[in-house]
Amino acid sequence: MAVQYLTEHYDDKDFVSLKGYKAKGGYKDLEKAFKLKPKEIIEMVKASGLRGRGGAGFPTGVKWSFLPDNGEERFLLCNADEGEPGTFKDRLMMEKAPHQLIEGMLISAFAINSKKSYIYIRGEYEYVAVILEKALKEAYDAGLLGKNILGSGFDHDMDVYRGAGAYICGEETGMISSLEGLKGQPKLKPPFPAIKGYLGKPTIVNNVETLAAVKYVIRDGVDAFRKYGTEKSAGTKLFSVSGDVQKPGNYEVPLGYPLKDLIEKECGGLLPGRKLKAVIPGGSSAPVLNAEEAYRATMDYECLAEMGSMLGSGAVIIIDDSNCMVDLLHVILHFYHHESCGQCTPCREGTGWIEKLSRKIVSGSGRLQDIDLLDKVAQNMKGRTICALSDAAALPTISFVAKFRDEFEFFVREGRSKVKGNIYAQSAH
Amino acid sequence: MALTEQGKEYVKKELDRYESRLSAIIPALYKVQEEKGWIAKEDIEELSRVMDLPASAIQEVATFYTMFNKKPTGKYHIQVCCNVTCAMKKGRELTDYILKKLDLEEGEVSNDGLFTVSRVECLGSCDTAPVLQVNFDYHENLDEKKVDLLLDQLRK
Repeated sequence: MAVQYLTEHYDDKDFVSLKGYKAKGGYKDLEKAFKLKPKEIIEMVKASGLRGRGGAGFPTGVKWSFLPDNGEERFLLCNADEGEPGTFKDRLMMEKAPHQLIEGMLISAFAINSKKSYIYIRGEYEYVAVILEKALKEAYDAGLLGKNILGSGFDHDMDVYRGAGAYICGEETGMISSLEGLKGQPKLKPPFPAIKGYLGKPTIVNNVETLAAVKYVIRDGVDAFRKYGTEKSAGTKLFSVSGDVQKPGNYEVPLGYPLKDLIEKECGGLLPGRKLKAVIPGGSSAPVLNAEEAYRATMDYECLAEMGSMLGSGAVIIIDDSNCMVDLLHVILHFYHHESCGQCTPCREGTGWIEKLSRKIVSGSGRLQDIDLLDKVAQNMKGRTICALSDAAALPTISFVAKFRDEFEFFVREGRSKVKGNIYAQSAH
Repeated sequence: MALTEQGKEYVKKELDRYESRLSAIIPALYKVQEEKGWIAKEDIEELSRVMDLPASAIQEVATFYTMFNKKPTGKYHIQVCCNVTCAMKKGRELTDYILKKLDLEEGEVSNDGLFTVSRVECLGSCDTAPVLQVNFDYHENLDEKKVDLLLDQLRK
């Protein structure tokens, strides 16, 4: 069953304003946090099992504890770049509940003793940025930001920074470069941002949903937060479901929820007369699942990792039997080639090469050895670059070719898609 | 002249808003684009003088990010998503339809100066695919009829 935990008041139109937010108990958890020691908050977040909701799923409290204990100035960065194809949950959270994010960020900033934070939001979300700025102004006017917040002695400033159209800025070190006023090119790790981040200072980068969830760890305590989810995947998660279902949209469910139920109960099932072919469970970087795998998958970090895929950002793309997998892989590869920042050779050249190979196949002039070459080039792009974009292009490629090889071979042999109907791949490439 | 006086004031304020002056480059480029629709080489040179930053630093940012128009762009920049979900929901066919209807190639400006059409990547609105943005405004759950209506409205 879908739950309303983080999303409890999202139907309330006033929740977007400070007044409406406070009417539902908003900023009470910040007061509560101020009565705790920062270290206690970090321990609570560790014990809660909260893991990053943006893609990597790294334990949030553990990330925070990497900060050096030397009194150096540190920054908190909220990753609101939301560029992973298929993802639209952070947009909803910021649009409906900007103060929920601000409160979660303030609690987090207090825990890691940061006096300055930024919400880095993708440029396309201009109207959301305006909502955030309005909320920040309300918070400043109410003494919830600035000096000596609520008499706690804690000072904090928060600002919004707009990106300008670059997927790579969703990668945390790419985001830091971008905020520094440079091209959004990722930086080699280590040193990790917690040691050397924004302007060389210790920096924590967390996703919108992660930071909002911190508030609920404080509000309800560790055990209550863990009431949802599984041992290793604690809490709820917002899933952005799109594609071939009756009711696409954002759904909050406990982690560990069956993907089959998400499709059939929450999203009203498939379109009439169609059969499930595949599911991309965690954004277009996540290896694809075939229908059989999809029907036995549960939506948690472990299960999807065991299936060789990942939970990623929670973007679930449902693909039915009217789609051509060769065509869709080509769409995905076009994207990664376009978004490669160009720093690392395996990515810059590799994304271009595999896009070209996939185009050759969808245009009907592929050879059988091109299918193996696609796989081989992708295998050589894995794990050899500064950031994960190269892997993000390689992994879908390898999984599409492995699981839907018959469609690739059919396209090569017949020069057309195995899927009947009006396939764009045949008409336009 | 790229920037109005107010634009210059805005840019100067942005220089002091962040820890590093370089962080003002993206906001400054947005301001130029807001005022004149696109960013020319002269604009970068002028920004370099106003901001007292090397033109190369501004140029590299302007060219890295896709939302900055490096050539003249119509008053309404129609950006159609052609990423996975939108592709499944016929976003590519819709792009072809719009281009044909406006008798344009991708990236061109229409003769009346009103329209430029671009294919873009995921706009974060996949539950309402296919989706496009006219400048910053979202238009969702589209089909040819809705696009016809939208273009008519924009022409008025």
